[in-house]
Amino acid sequence: MGTLRRRAGAYGLLAPGTIWLVLFFLIPLYFLGRLSLNVNVGGVYYPFDWHWKNYSDALSLYDTQFIRSFVYSLVATLICLVLAYPLAYAIAFKAGKWRHAMLLAVVAPFFTTYLIRTISWVTILSDESPVVEVLQFLHIAPSGQVLATPAAVVSGLVYNYLPFMVLPIYASLERLDTRLLEAAKDLYADTKTTFLKVTLPLSAPGVVAGTLLTFIPATGDYVNAEFLGSSNSQMIGNVIQSLYLKQQEYPAAAALSFVLMAIILIIVLIYIRFAGSEALMGEEGAAI
Amino acid sequence: MSATPMASTAKAPRMGFGKWLREHAVLIIGLLVIAYMLIPIAVIFVFSFNNPAGRYNFTWVGFTLDHWKNVFGIPELNEALWTSIKLALLTTLFSTVIGTMMALALVRHQFFGRRAANFLIVIPMATPEIVMGSSLLSFFLILGTPLGFRTLLIAHVMFCISFVVVVVRSRLIGFDRRLEEAAKDLGATPFETFRLITLPLILPGVFGGALLAFALSIDDFVISNFNAGTTVTFPIYIFGAFQRGVPVEVNCIAMILFGITVLAMGFTTWQQRRAEKMASIRPEQEEEVVPLPPVSAAT
Repeated sequence: MGTLRRRAGAYGLLAPGTIWLVLFFLIPLYFLGRLSLNVNVGGVYYPFDWHWKNYSDALSLYDTQFIRSFVYSLVATLICLVLAYPLAYAIAFKAGKWRHAMLLAVVAPFFTTYLIRTISWVTILSDESPVVEVLQFLHIAPSGQVLATPAAVVSGLVYNYLPFMVLPIYASLERLDTRLLEAAKDLYADTKTTFLKVTLPLSAPGVVAGTLLTFIPATGDYVNAEFLGSSNSQMIGNVIQSLYLKQQEYPAAAALSFVLMAIILIIVLIYIRFAGSEALMGEEGAAI
Repeated sequence: MSATPMASTAKAPRMGFGKWLREHAVLIIGLLVIAYMLIPIAVIFVFSFNNPAGRYNFTWVGFTLDHWKNVFGIPELNEALWTSIKLALLTTLFSTVIGTMMALALVRHQFFGRRAANFLIVIPMATPEIVMGSSLLSFFLILGTPLGFRTLLIAHVMFCISFVVVVVRSRLIGFDRRLEEAAKDLGATPFETFRLITLPLILPGVFGGALLAFALSIDDFVISNFNAGTTVTFPIYIFGAFQRGVPVEVNCIAMILFGITVLAMGFTTWQQRRAEKMASIRPEQEEEVVPLPPVSAAT
């Protein structure tokens, strides 16, 4: 009797959220799939006809942007990892009393509007800025321009998604039992061995969560490419957005969106199998 | 961090620069990365005082306070900002209530379908915004729902729920259930227990979740852009203004929002510490409880 009531209570607590997510997240995905198989006849009404040609057409037309999105996102994710790991490590083990201040600095970008942050990179990377002059002086940017290049788009992605990499890695390092590090030292492991054999493997869940939380949104991003790139650095998000909102080619846009989700879902499932779903759920929650 | 005095005297009388650098390398790299993260914010701040020659606020021309004096002087911008604030407040209210309920169910109860519920919560966080935005738009298009504030609210609550659940859940996991049991033992009804014990203790977590929901909602561009119709939010205004030049006032507003969020963050941290203190006040050692004196035989 008591357990029955408790169970009913649990379902009661779950119901509103579950209904909302099913109704406005899962069912819309079904509608996205449905729309992607409609015949595009122009106008508002699109008859449903298992029109798989939408997929082959969309993919052959926009394969460049697709590949570009994954390449940019992968490069940005790797750069984020290289930048985030030392930072997370420094906050967890070296910051001392500055730990809270450093964490605050990591989340500070979240406090300013995403679009304005990205626009400020237009200033930083514009032709007259000191940053670009230094790059020109070092012959890193020989063309004399950074803005409107793939490098600018990738740097925008790195900047915008870096906190998503830092926080999960920090959370996993912070939870690390420091007695294990002492044990390694007692067993005569040098700093490098301790790091490679103890610290790094134990922070792996954080790295997995961080790479996912960076890679997924970066692949679908189109704001960075829109503001910092040119027509030669358009990502798949730009195409989807333009097909939906400007050209109203809904079936083709839906097909592209569906393929993007399918590929990302496959990657996520492989990752979750490999790391456990708690890595994604727990780490991030602990970090925020 | 600091070398033991014996080791340092044994090796060299003073620490070489190379050694110091090696010992602090990680910290230095970390600080450089932090500088990289803060530079754009500094740029936004500095350029809120710029006096651009044309419509584009990309290069420094000269210092002026004009735009700070005129912060709320652009009607379309005000309207967009007001829409965003209303939307964010309503989103926060709905997603915090719904998300907290879900978090309570997940932490407190064992039930059939738990894994499915967990999956349903994780999956929106693992979906690119553009997919969520476009699928919701497809949904509304096929159903013929007119786009506007209502569809924006539906979308925002949808993507905020998961984050609220994650934040509140992480606070609930460390919750000492014995406090509730104690209240029950002392004769509190379930509702009284919730109001007097559970709610005050989980409130900082709930507040943290609410703050995150507000920040996510007011900052969202991608999903909003798909489902706004002709409604203009603050980020949509900025996106639209990008080609013709974003007014400097936008930088001022961004800095005001930044200041407010920093204050709110400080407030939640303070609340959290207070709740932790409150939860830690409990009799730990039973041995210290003084045994009652034997009832006197005289009465």
